[in-house]
Amino acid sequence: MTARIGVVTFPGTLDDRDTQRAIGIAGAEAVPLWHRDKDLKQVDAVVLPGGFSYGDYLRAGAISRFSPVMGSIVEQANAGMPVLGICNGFQVLCEAHLLPGAMLRNTGLHFVCRDQKLRVETAATAWTADYAAGEEISIPLKNIDGRYTADERTLDDLEAEGRVVFRYRDVNPNGSLRDIAGISNAAGNVVGLMPHPEHAVEPLIGTGRTDGLAFFTSVIKKLVSA
Amino acid sequence: MARVVVDVMLKPEILDPQGQAVQRALPRLGFAGISDVRQGKRFELEVEGPVDDAALARIREMAETFLANTVIEDFDVKVES
Repeated sequence: MTARIGVVTFPGTLDDRDTQRAIGIAGAEAVPLWHRDKDLKQVDAVVLPGGFSYGDYLRAGAISRFSPVMGSIVEQANAGMPVLGICNGFQVLCEAHLLPGAMLRNTGLHFVCRDQKLRVETAATAWTADYAAGEEISIPLKNIDGRYTADERTLDDLEAEGRVVFRYRDVNPNGSLRDIAGISNAAGNVVGLMPHPEHAVEPLIGTGRTDGLAFFTSVIKKLVSA
Repeated sequence: MARVVVDVMLKPEILDPQGQAVQRALPRLGFAGISDVRQGKRFELEVEGPVDDAALARIREMAETFLANTVIEDFDVKVES
């Protein structure tokens, strides 16, 4: 069986094509999904890619969250379907309350674009099973609204439940609380992070590292063995 | 037509680097004596029909679910005559 992974395009999405490509390279079929369609075309998993959906008007992800496709995604995510939100996709997942917390303007107020070192804190999610806990990876980061924020109790709960999935290493690029770069829901099927694994899947492109590929191979293995 | 104003502000405990940047610029521009600045959003809603309890309840729902993200922001609803 070939796993089918949906990639949502909102108006203003930028990284849908790179995400589709990454899914293909990892060995699955990428299925384009349109924000106005409720129909998820029977995909096995969904990626919300990066960009500036609806121009980030109001707040990043605030308008996309109410799009027809998100109603179906929230329903399926609550039923266990793997969902990955990258950058703007992470912001959408927070606005949709699939993940706790919110993203704010970087403390430095600048758009940051760099290769970012991360520590994978847990392999116990649908999207990180092919990493080892404690492994360090380097993938591109590019955002201006990347400061992860939640109240102390939520942060304590995330840590206690092993739901901090990625932490920034060496540099905290945006002032995220507790250096958090990515988190998961309680079940581990929904993961969001600010850096971009889909930009690090081919040796010829970018830094020459393919540290992001395991996101996609992780979920494919899970889907094929399911 | 009545106007309802919704003010949205970051919660007090949330760092506001934009407000800080404004505050730091003030002495340079000759505006002394401002110890802190917090930056927020103001929405002016022109309401069709009467602003009764039901209309205000809907506006509060709008503010809570859409205009503000209550994880990081507080909001205030005021009726302007």
